[in-house]
Amino acid sequence: MSTATTTESKPQQKAPAGERVADWADGRLGIYSLAKANMRKIFPDHWSFMLGEIAMYSFLIIILTGVYLTLFFHPSMNEIVYHGSYAPMHGIRMTEAYASTLDISFDVRGGLLIRQIHHWAALIFLAAMFVHMMRVFFTGAFRKPREVNWLFGFLLFVLGMFTGFTGYSLPDDLLSGTGVRFTQGAILSVPVVGTYISMFLFGGEFPGHDMVARFYSVHILLLPGIMLGLMVAHLILVFYHKHTQFAGPGRTNNNVVGMPLLPVYMAKAGGFFFLVFGVIAMISALFTINPVWALGPYRPDQVSTGAQPDWYMGFAEGLVRVMPGWEINLWGHTLALGVFIPLTLFGLILAVIAVWPFLESWVTGDKREHHIAQRPRNSPTRTGFGVAWITVYFIGLVGGGNDLWATHFHLSINSITWFVRIGFFAGPVLAFIITKRICLGLQRRDAEKVLHGRESGIIKRLPHGEFVEIHEPLGQDQLHTLTAHEQYAPAEIGPSVDENGVERKVGPTQKLRAKLSKGMYGEGNQIAKPTAEEYKEITSGHGHH
Amino acid sequence: MSSQENPEESLPAEQGDAHGEVARNDDPFADPGLPPHKPRIQDLDERAAKRSERVVAFLFTLSMLATVGFIASFVAFPIDRIVYVWPLGHVSALNLSLGMTLGIALFCIGAGAVHWARTLMSDVEVADERHPISATPEVKAKVMADFKAGAQESAIGRRKLIRTTMFGALALVPLSGVVLLRDLGPLPEKRLRTTSWAKGKLLINQNTMEPLRAEDVVVGSLTFAMPEGLKEDDHDFNTKIAKDALMIVRIQPDEIKDKKQREWAHEGIVAYSKICTHVGCPISLYEQQTHHVLCPCHQSTFDLSDGARVIFGPAGHALPQLRIGVNGEGYLEALGDFDEPVGPSFWERG
Repeated sequence: MSTATTTESKPQQKAPAGERVADWADGRLGIYSLAKANMRKIFPDHWSFMLGEIAMYSFLIIILTGVYLTLFFHPSMNEIVYHGSYAPMHGIRMTEAYASTLDISFDVRGGLLIRQIHHWAALIFLAAMFVHMMRVFFTGAFRKPREVNWLFGFLLFVLGMFTGFTGYSLPDDLLSGTGVRFTQGAILSVPVVGTYISMFLFGGEFPGHDMVARFYSVHILLLPGIMLGLMVAHLILVFYHKHTQFAGPGRTNNNVVGMPLLPVYMAKAGGFFFLVFGVIAMISALFTINPVWALGPYRPDQVSTGAQPDWYMGFAEGLVRVMPGWEINLWGHTLALGVFIPLTLFGLILAVIAVWPFLESWVTGDKREHHIAQRPRNSPTRTGFGVAWITVYFIGLVGGGNDLWATHFHLSINSITWFVRIGFFAGPVLAFIITKRICLGLQRRDAEKVLHGRESGIIKRLPHGEFVEIHEPLGQDQLHTLTAHEQYAPAEIGPSVDENGVERKVGPTQKLRAKLSKGMYGEGNQIAKPTAEEYKEITSGHGHH
Repeated sequence: MSSQENPEESLPAEQGDAHGEVARNDDPFADPGLPPHKPRIQDLDERAAKRSERVVAFLFTLSMLATVGFIASFVAFPIDRIVYVWPLGHVSALNLSLGMTLGIALFCIGAGAVHWARTLMSDVEVADERHPISATPEVKAKVMADFKAGAQESAIGRRKLIRTTMFGALALVPLSGVVLLRDLGPLPEKRLRTTSWAKGKLLINQNTMEPLRAEDVVVGSLTFAMPEGLKEDDHDFNTKIAKDALMIVRIQPDEIKDKKQREWAHEGIVAYSKICTHVGCPISLYEQQTHHVLCPCHQSTFDLSDGARVIFGPAGHALPQLRIGVNGEGYLEALGDFDEPVGPSFWERG
């Protein structure tokens, strides 16, 4: 054995160092098999595929800067009298949490910058996740086999909201304390268990002495730990499923067309991390976010005007602000519907978008894999629903800032409240109808382009004096791209009697499914795409008009 | 249905394969296959490629310089140096220089890498085949057989006693974890129903920290008060003031519309809880002409001349009133605790 190995391991030329390291790792980790599958993995290119990357990179930036902040932050509610370097706060009583946030901002060199990057990255993280989620929604990229990954992404968005909330509550400043008080009031409205949850969360009555330390462990360990796991799972699934792509010449449901991971995508995606980080660093240098030193420490009997949560909590804030103060007192108990309904709606509105993929796959009954990203216009009902959802979200956001709208635009707060109350119901309906019409119009235009060609802008005068515009026929690639999408036929309930004349049993769920299917794919809800026959008849016939 | 069982059919067959020529010439919409690669200027002209190389190298060099600048700023600028920079105004020199140099250093690495990828790396598009996610029927059959064998060998299906007790044990064991959470906090009991106010407690003006006399409260003013005996350096001051905070206004007695309110006032001086009944923000805006108070958080508005009832906004009920009087020395005093819980509604409030 020894002779065999010595002869083998003494080649004429030693392998280069990199190769020897790789051999070492392969013998223990099997990296060559891993690299074989992934090193030249193909990623399709489209600007909208970057949105998820922004989310991922801002999450990494948040972790990096967050670790730095834990080195200086004291998650304690012990009260001290401030004598640090920020003169306006001298002699003021505050918690160590607030005092150490002042120290990070005024005594630690670069501390302020890292705090600002942390907060800006969090705002951008949530925004990027929101937009990324909408991209996936509108292109139908959540369809089989990606439903589970859609849920992972949705969970990341929801957990991101709560991680953000627990994070901005940590400095224990007047603004964030007000936000926590609001949360506690909302918790109290929960029937039966509200007071118990509140007592257990705060270690007694609000605010108590435990809130910052508890939020701290939730903010830096529990939630980000879960999120990191979810994000890794999310990425593994993206790799495993391979990325979706838009239809086009040579791009089918059975392949993925693009550039290889090494080197192009690695350079582009790796470089993009630095672009995102660089831009966030510059934003943080130029624009102050959450200046806690200007707000002062939290006291439950003090408040500032214009109190606003971070943007991603704004729609929940809006629901709470515009809800009428309904309260039911019965049998010695109080049901604070004025607070509890908005709290429930907050969860429901989020849940509705999460379950849509499952509703859609139930209605279509489609069990096949889909790897072609759809154009939003080709799914008018889904697109209309998505825009309606966004409309609710942003109307809530307007409600959440009703005081700022009032002061900045000199509007009556009562009118804004009523606008939001009505808009909450009417807005999504209008948005749905308008969006669907636009989608159908765009589908018609696509069909027209396929059949009659592109408007060339050249006006021709015919011998008898008529002016016509010359339409140029589309190339084969465009013809293919514009007709590549599939169109579902609406599901039928079938005849009410079977072939033997016996009445068939049609369950209410079947009827509902047929109804929804008609609403999504029935007449008037999609424009039939041109057929080859139609095209041939028009092109072979009497020229174009 | 069958497509679910047979994964081969799971990928809907679409037009042709990637690089194939037009499969069916009679289909005008057939997939023409990947378009031929269009070379970039850098692929054709070495001088253009050299220019790209120089741009990338320039960006990377700029990044290095920016990092040097970062370190230099860290050393050079004292942390309290404020400078005027148009159009930002007065800003911290250290924060601005650190942020901008770090931003440039990072951004230039990214810009260099992306420019490199776009101009110099191959941009020939390649197609990868997809394979169905679901396993083949053979693999599935093997897995099912393996699972059956494993289950059989464990005898979990046959020895029901083991199975049942195991599920029982696994179901019960997390209870320990739940029980351990019990000491996160006390039970609510009557905590939310009481405050520090009691008969005979003087009303302390929060601005002066002196007991209030009736003549200190003039019509049109808004005064915040806390109970005698409560101190700002008390360990649980914040928890106490979260319920005790009081606002005091004076209204001409004949302007008070609510009978009980007039009785609980002292010569038109009324004391109400400052904590909003919506979700607990402190109310702080008072309009002296109308005697309306407004919570700045969610704009609940209460009419202090009419039992502090809600006239606008999301609050569910009126602010609790504290019954006050004057003691022998002329100081305002409480005549008891609030007769209802202060702050937001809760299930047990009733």
